[in-house]
Amino acid sequence: MKILVCISNVPDTTSKINFTDGDTKFDTNGVQFVINPNDEFGLTRAMWFKEKQGATVHIATVGDASVEPTMRKALAIGADEGIRINAVPTDGFFVAEQLANVVKDGAYDLVIAGRESIDYNGGMVPGILATLTGMNFINTCINLEVEGNTATAIREIDGGKEKVETQLPLVIGGQKGLVEESDLKIPNMRGIMMARKKALNVVEPIDAVKATVDNKFEKPAPKGTVKLVDSADELVALLHNEAKVI
Amino acid sequence: MSVLVYTESENGKFKKNAFEVASYAKAVAEQLGTSAVAISFNADANNDLGTYGISKVLNVTNDQLKTFNAEAYAKAITEAVNKEEANVVIVSSSANSKYLAPILAGKLKAGYAPNVVEAPNSTAPFTIKRTAFSNKGFAHTEITTDTKIVGVSNNAFGIVENNADAVVEDFSPSLDDNDFAVKSVEVDKVAGKVTIADAEIVVSGGRGLKGPENWGMIEELAEVLGAATACSKPVSDMGWRPHGEHVGQTGKPVAANLYIAVGISGAIQHLAGVSASKTKVVINNDAEAPFFKAADYGIVGDAFEVVPQLVEKLKEFKAQNA
Repeated sequence: MKILVCISNVPDTTSKINFTDGDTKFDTNGVQFVINPNDEFGLTRAMWFKEKQGATVHIATVGDASVEPTMRKALAIGADEGIRINAVPTDGFFVAEQLANVVKDGAYDLVIAGRESIDYNGGMVPGILATLTGMNFINTCINLEVEGNTATAIREIDGGKEKVETQLPLVIGGQKGLVEESDLKIPNMRGIMMARKKALNVVEPIDAVKATVDNKFEKPAPKGTVKLVDSADELVALLHNEAKVI
Repeated sequence: MSVLVYTESENGKFKKNAFEVASYAKAVAEQLGTSAVAISFNADANNDLGTYGISKVLNVTNDQLKTFNAEAYAKAITEAVNKEEANVVIVSSSANSKYLAPILAGKLKAGYAPNVVEAPNSTAPFTIKRTAFSNKGFAHTEITTDTKIVGVSNNAFGIVENNADAVVEDFSPSLDDNDFAVKSVEVDKVAGKVTIADAEIVVSGGRGLKGPENWGMIEELAEVLGAATACSKPVSDMGWRPHGEHVGQTGKPVAANLYIAVGISGAIQHLAGVSASKTKVVINNDAEAPFFKAADYGIVGDAFEVVPQLVEKLKEFKAQNA
């Protein structure tokens, strides 16, 4: 089985978010970039397929050279080869088109992408990618097994879970649950050394649709001071009379 | 030209979000000087959508579509878009809509903006405000394609009555086996429980609850409020509660009218996930817990004393206001 894991390079979850250039750009100053958490669950699941079923695992990222440290980390975790599509990601549709082009060339059986990246929260790349390549698609995957050509997955739905079945080739939008958080792999020294020698191929982007443009950003209005109350009675009264939520 | 809205239903009944997206679609249609058309699947009482400004409903009746199937639903909606010459498609922020919308975007070559919190502030160019960076910021996003898909954030726009006479029309999309390549084998859903996605009120517990055996009081508080239950990340990591209840940056986002956090200190990732909620209440015995800085109301106290008192007071309140 040949697997492609799509890796997004995102600000660490503890990052403070600021904007620059008249609030038109995300301020990367002092921000640490990491593998998107939803992608990390997928990458670890791909490692499981590699260890148990002998799968080959490639990773792909759309980005300029600044994303390479994040890609090297994914290679240190155990991916066999990396593909960097040399373009600054502008929007989800553009990213999906770039990845679809790589997927078509690479004849992958399984493409694992996070259900959404924690920066722009578009949640559209796996679905658009599946549609553009004609591959089957399962979103919000919290479990995935592959036997021969058949994939069985559990996906999270509102208020529960759904078990689904389909055939490869397949794209999944993965998330926490694909593997336990405690099973996430941390690169060890040997992995880091080996990652230096692994191929990180740079391919040029194709012409693609830019379907959306973020013209401006803003931060939420600052929060007022908390109103501390002493009793449940008082809280119920405030929720009814002031906040009007009960 | 029209605005097409996908209205979700379950067992024939419209979900609350169907009325919210219908209300939103009407607002967009008015801005564009056109009408709002809905598509529904195996839904009863389609006329009800007229209350929220829908002038036509395309009703799909098909046993194969009784269980949600993203690809088949996307195909049907694509046909409806073409039939109605719709240039804007509105969906909700449910798990199913977030599964469906990117497939639609791919099929229609349409820009998709999810987590939208307001009606468009301009229709030419078509620009909307949406949350980004896991609720730590907002983006003003322009959709530049001819067809546009808007995903409306839960509880953001609200349900707005706007009476119209809804004409109900049968609609039969042409589906084949390829559209059902992903087959549903089994659905495991707790019946009768409010889900986080649908909830107007969410009651959430953290490590301060000390163990899964103490979850009864969270459920009791949720029950008296008609709320959904949720939890912080450490709680789901320790297996006290299922992953599906984990709210936060890497879990589920919560955009409730009221979010009550019990025994949750308020890590930055948790705050990001719940910050779209309108009113936040924190109950914690640590007066220094960061969550108090993000809350509207707070009680510094032992959850094991405060929550049972709150349940009692809410019961009294309900009895008086019944």
